[in-house]
Amino acid sequence: MDERELREWITQVKDGDLSRRDFGRLLAGLGLAAPVAAQLLAAAGVPRRASAQSRFTPARRGGGGELKVLWWQGPTILNPHLSIGVKDGDGSRIFYEPLISFDPEGNFVPVLAAEVPTLQNGGVARDGLSVTWKIKRNVQWHDGKPLTADDFVFTWEYAADPATTAITLGNYKDVARIEKIDAHTFKIVYKSPTPAWFQTFGGTAGVIPKHVFEPFKGAKSREAPANLKPVGTGPYRIVDFKPGDLIKAELNPNYHEANWPFFDRLELKGGGDAVSAARAVIQTGEYDFAWNIQVEDDVLRRMEQGGKGRTDIAPAAGIEHLLCNFSDPWTEVEGERGSAKSSHPFLTDPAVRQALALLVDRAAIQEQLYGRQGQATANYLNAPSRFRSPNTKWEFDVDKANAVLEQAGWKRGADGIRAKDGKRLKMVYQTSINPVRQKTQAIVKQAAAKAGIDMELKSVVASVYFGSDPGNPDTSSKFWADVQMYAFNMTGGPEPQRFMDPFVSWEISTKANNWAGRNNTRWRNEEYDRAWKGAEQEMDPVKRAALFIRMNDLLTQNNVIVPITWRANISSISNKLRNTDICGWDSSFWNLTHWYREA
Amino acid sequence: MRTFILRRVLTAIPVLAGISLILFTLLAMAPGDPFGELATNPNVPAEVRMNLRKQFGLDDPVMVRYVRWFGSMVKGDWGFSFASRIDVDKLIVQRLPTTLFVLGSAQVLALIIALPVGILSARRPYSFFDQIATTLSLIGFSLPTFFTGLLFILFFSIYLDWLPFIYRADIQETGLRWIWENLKQGIMPITVLGFFQGAQLTRFVRSSVLDVVQLDYIRTARSKGLAERVTLVKHVIRNALIPVVTLLSIQVPQIFTGAVVTEQIFRVPGIGSLLISAILANDTPVVMAIAFVFSVLVVVFALLADIVYGWLDPRISFR
Repeated sequence: MDERELREWITQVKDGDLSRRDFGRLLAGLGLAAPVAAQLLAAAGVPRRASAQSRFTPARRGGGGELKVLWWQGPTILNPHLSIGVKDGDGSRIFYEPLISFDPEGNFVPVLAAEVPTLQNGGVARDGLSVTWKIKRNVQWHDGKPLTADDFVFTWEYAADPATTAITLGNYKDVARIEKIDAHTFKIVYKSPTPAWFQTFGGTAGVIPKHVFEPFKGAKSREAPANLKPVGTGPYRIVDFKPGDLIKAELNPNYHEANWPFFDRLELKGGGDAVSAARAVIQTGEYDFAWNIQVEDDVLRRMEQGGKGRTDIAPAAGIEHLLCNFSDPWTEVEGERGSAKSSHPFLTDPAVRQALALLVDRAAIQEQLYGRQGQATANYLNAPSRFRSPNTKWEFDVDKANAVLEQAGWKRGADGIRAKDGKRLKMVYQTSINPVRQKTQAIVKQAAAKAGIDMELKSVVASVYFGSDPGNPDTSSKFWADVQMYAFNMTGGPEPQRFMDPFVSWEISTKANNWAGRNNTRWRNEEYDRAWKGAEQEMDPVKRAALFIRMNDLLTQNNVIVPITWRANISSISNKLRNTDICGWDSSFWNLTHWYREA
Repeated sequence: MRTFILRRVLTAIPVLAGISLILFTLLAMAPGDPFGELATNPNVPAEVRMNLRKQFGLDDPVMVRYVRWFGSMVKGDWGFSFASRIDVDKLIVQRLPTTLFVLGSAQVLALIIALPVGILSARRPYSFFDQIATTLSLIGFSLPTFFTGLLFILFFSIYLDWLPFIYRADIQETGLRWIWENLKQGIMPITVLGFFQGAQLTRFVRSSVLDVVQLDYIRTARSKGLAERVTLVKHVIRNALIPVVTLLSIQVPQIFTGAVVTEQIFRVPGIGSLLISAILANDTPVVMAIAFVFSVLVVVFALLADIVYGWLDPRISFR
């Protein structure tokens, strides 16, 4: 399949010569899932059927009683721009809404937007330099004031001010200006063509009210009382908030969507641990929903037998992968270990990396450790499916790994460990402390030993390993080991640009940038850099997808990384709760407005 | 007496300052990062993290940060939480009522069990009652609370489905129903903690009563024909209480700082669970404040215990 062929089919669907279903079948024949077809059509401006959300329409607002949900880490702040973790983004999402949300297939669902801007309706400019948004007219803040374009202009000013320390700075820093056209229309002008325009006010980047936050822009952002008493536009409004413990909310009687929400009250309880949270939903039914249940699959299956709830496995882009260090972590070059100027004694040899990829038994890891919660994969970029490469495959073959190493001149020594030119294949393999990761390490180490590679396993406490303390030698960003393993996730929408950051040359993590760069393998590849830069400004969705697929293939075919498991988002959910449609690229609460309980 | 108290209070000041210095340095040396989750989120630019560290003064040397913390602490400013950006004292005050209710009730329960059981078993040592009480208290304080807590949840919540195992600080109901709901959700954490502390206390009470009962003045009291009840209350218990007061003076400050493990298991939103989540999130100002309040309480209760000794036994003098 090439780009031209694909375009022809899309045109045929547009003209009505080819049905949507046949288009889907054609792609399925090429090994692409149905959502890909929907994505490509949507991207090319072919109208899509109404989303599955309207399966049930209540006759009136409220009447659903109380919705009780558990977050084993309780939200500590309710301002989406100041959150310090996923839990805070979720807590804020009850009250604050974006222009559009993202559904499990990666489609755009309008929330505050009257319609989704596209190239076809003129909302998105052809040159990608501006986007015009029309917002709904009947939206009120919880305090009764109307929502207008001014609030969007203000939210941008608020978050783009570095002194505010808004975590959404990245969503707004490419915005040149926002022009208000009328009270309900505004135009976002970008500094350069921006294909990811939907992130600016999409997903977790909710709009905040100007009249409440205006005095607290910049360095005073911490002092805003509304950080704990949100004034949003969402389906529920705040009653009480105790940081880390509890959010109580009640139905918003002036909500902008008719007959929603369904529940009269909402209670989010924080704290505790994931296992007992799953128990409270699945076994005792005390709660309706529990977030982020990373519990062994066997334990969950046992709970589910005859229980009151089930495990929800939602699509996400999380990828557990092994990274190879291209710099030398053991010798100091210009006073710096793992300097970008050094090169690794043996991992720079493609044969060693290829052998390593052959030695990871992904099927066993998935079967024994992840169960339903992960999938063995050959790709780094697996989701949304329109970006998944069809060109890769993985295999587990110890004999082949031995042959590859033998051919490249790595000969077994007296102790069975391979060596070449006095360099022995001994590597330190680090990851965070987590039972599943330690078991994965053991599986890989065992296979590696059979191929004459000696692995020393190292595990670091997660808060240190993923922390950004420049003084600590054990962080993943310093990567002072030969190989390491962790999961990386896509956040802020079904949009892979940032997800591909960790391999571009200007992100290389060094002493000079306090190891804040994301590229800790210190791998450098001109073609990858070019593809990344191309994708950043490419407005044609099909060409853009091809660029991302190319980046993925460069990573996996050069074995810079070894993808292990494509991980899903796991929640526990009552058998009666409907319309949750959880997905990995937006908050668990993206569709909270439409959640309801079946009688 | 007055000079004694004054002297103790004055010596407490350098002690507390020393404790705070050690605490602060240890916390600063411990690895970790309050903004770790931002580091792994691909959508958050590194400069946001850097700015936050700078604004919150995390990049300054430890001693500079300590002096700044101590200076504002003296003025009554406890700093703000990195996680929720509100003042630490507000955060603690929010958690106080629940902690006082659960841990206070547990302490009362412990006393209600320990005093009569301890005294009764000491009066007839090695009797059937004593054997049972000793065995139970041995089991009681050997089983850690996380074990009994999970056992209770499995039996009463999951198997019998009688009691909720998730504690909610604000119950909707009013009046009698409110009291009932609060009792219902409090039963498990209170009994788990109360039994544990009661078991310890029982053994203390028993052994100290046993010590006193054998003394000459008790025999004298009995031989001069005092009623058994009077002998027990006036002569035995009063003297036997001194070691019990010592134990209590250690246990009571813990009521304020919460029981980390039990609170975590039952999701009781007390100070213990605030402390553990602050430690996990590297929220230093919160950890500092709770640890410091705890050290103040320990010092205060040690002083109170000394005063109570004097009241129980007038031979103890204050110098």
